[in-house]
Amino acid sequence: MGAVGACTAAWPLIQSMNPAADVLALSTTDVDLAPVKEGQSITVVWRGKPVFIRRRTQKEIEEARAVPMNDLKDPQSDQDRVKQSAFGGKDMPEWLVMVGVCTHLGCIPLGQKPTDPHGEFDGWFCPCHGSQYDSSGRIRKGPAPKNLEIPPYAFSDATHIKIG
Amino acid sequence: MTKEKRVGFKNPVIDWVDERLPIFTMLHKEYAAFPTPRNFNYFWNFGAIAMFMLMTMIATGIFLAMYYTPSTDHAFNSVERIMRDVNWGWLIRYTHMNGASLFFVAVYIHIFRGLYYGSYKYPRELLWILGVVILLLMMATAFMGYVLPWGQMSFWGATVITNLFSAIPLVGDKIVTWLWGGFAVDNPTLNRFFSLHYLLPFVILGVVFLHVAALHVSGSNNPLGIDVKTPKDTVPFHPYYTAKDTFGLSIFLIIYALIVFYAPTYLGDPDNYIPANPMVTPVHIVPEWYFLPFYAILRSFVWDIHIPFTHIVLISSKLGGVILMFGAVLLMLFLPWLDRSPVRSAVFRPLFRIAFWIFVAACIALEWVGSKPPEGLPVLVGQISTAYYFAFFLVILPLLPKYEKTLPLPKSISEAVLKKG
Repeated sequence: MGAVGACTAAWPLIQSMNPAADVLALSTTDVDLAPVKEGQSITVVWRGKPVFIRRRTQKEIEEARAVPMNDLKDPQSDQDRVKQSAFGGKDMPEWLVMVGVCTHLGCIPLGQKPTDPHGEFDGWFCPCHGSQYDSSGRIRKGPAPKNLEIPPYAFSDATHIKIG
Repeated sequence: MTKEKRVGFKNPVIDWVDERLPIFTMLHKEYAAFPTPRNFNYFWNFGAIAMFMLMTMIATGIFLAMYYTPSTDHAFNSVERIMRDVNWGWLIRYTHMNGASLFFVAVYIHIFRGLYYGSYKYPRELLWILGVVILLLMMATAFMGYVLPWGQMSFWGATVITNLFSAIPLVGDKIVTWLWGGFAVDNPTLNRFFSLHYLLPFVILGVVFLHVAALHVSGSNNPLGIDVKTPKDTVPFHPYYTAKDTFGLSIFLIIYALIVFYAPTYLGDPDNYIPANPMVTPVHIVPEWYFLPFYAILRSFVWDIHIPFTHIVLISSKLGGVILMFGAVLLMLFLPWLDRSPVRSAVFRPLFRIAFWIFVAACIALEWVGSKPPEGLPVLVGQISTAYYFAFFLVILPLLPKYEKTLPLPKSISEAVLKKG
């Protein structure tokens, strides 16, 4: 009985360490995509983390779609990764939106600027432990176990998205 | 309860207190008359030195906390203010900052001494385990303390280390969010780290008390590793070892002072003087020197282990590295049962001595590997050293007694000491 009581009393204390209401309230971000040209990337902040938004070139999309599933550590098709990039029934696979946090230990991969290293797969390269992501943000080489995470997002019109 | 007869004290005030609360009788028994093996070498200084460092860290930390502001907007500047504007702030902070390093120096030497002379064996197993608990608490405290100045290394060190917990299957991400109090390392994280950084040293103090209490039940080990048999084997702690500890501590403090006054930033990372920026990762994230061997072990596991003939990953390289790193410390808890040799001191164990020094070399190699980017030669050296680290505990120590012919032990400490003399 005493043990049950002690555990029950400890619960609010443990639970208090989870995100507070105001932290949860900050969980959506609106972005205007109009200024982003093909082949450009921007980084926005969502829940305190960087989100990479890249307007991919046709070449990058084709590269990503040509990869056989067997070559992938965390198999997922490029179509799956951009399925939220759609508005009014039209797919926009050029918009790749993902959390810019390496799935290994949380560093921010390089590759947002043209002058950054892009790794062997025309995507992103994490300088901390050498993980390499392809033009779909999928893990191809290095210690990271998973593809770059795709956040929940939706196009509110052809040039605006809401992340979260 | 039978009442022991009190010896009594000349000073009437002390005697009055002692009659009602016999702390002076206790102090006399445990720290003055306490019979201690007469053959300690200077490696036996480091327990007392570590104790001194703990007190120094608590004392300086309390004063730093009077000026430090645990908020992401003010933390970095409040530390700079301590350095520039607060009276003697630079001295208090440099003493605290380098004190962490020197505390680890003392504790690591203390641990290697225990390992070499078999101090973890019967009847001191619990004493050893309490020591490992202190080490774990120290690591947590030092890690959280390093986050407080909120520089680039603070932020990214915190990010990398808390992300280790995301390797735990199923609940990993939930645990990380819980640790952060948000979706990234941020203000809630800094606040709780400050709270815990203030709390844990007092927990350490409590465990140190138990560690010393257990020591005073079993008595100290000694360089020969044989039990005390007659009063001739011992000397009273005071004045013999109070004097020797004071001498050793003085030498240690000279080195400490040289670092604080002449090279206060030598052991730190210059990147930590850049305010934390969650949008930019430093090119090369390295922990402080006292964590480098464990960091090297973390990074030496680079394979995914699959369920045979499938693509399903059983243990990812990330989880594997995390298991190895925590395993490297937790394994020490089992040391008293892994080493089956009845002989304590390495002085009488020729094969153990060789294995021990290779172990020391492996730890130094891991220290070097941890400071290098994870590519090329350091990766290989790290993997070999990690393999030896675990083989030492799990293979060599359990098997060694089968093949090792130990040297004859002296009859008693006093005989061995007098023969030498």
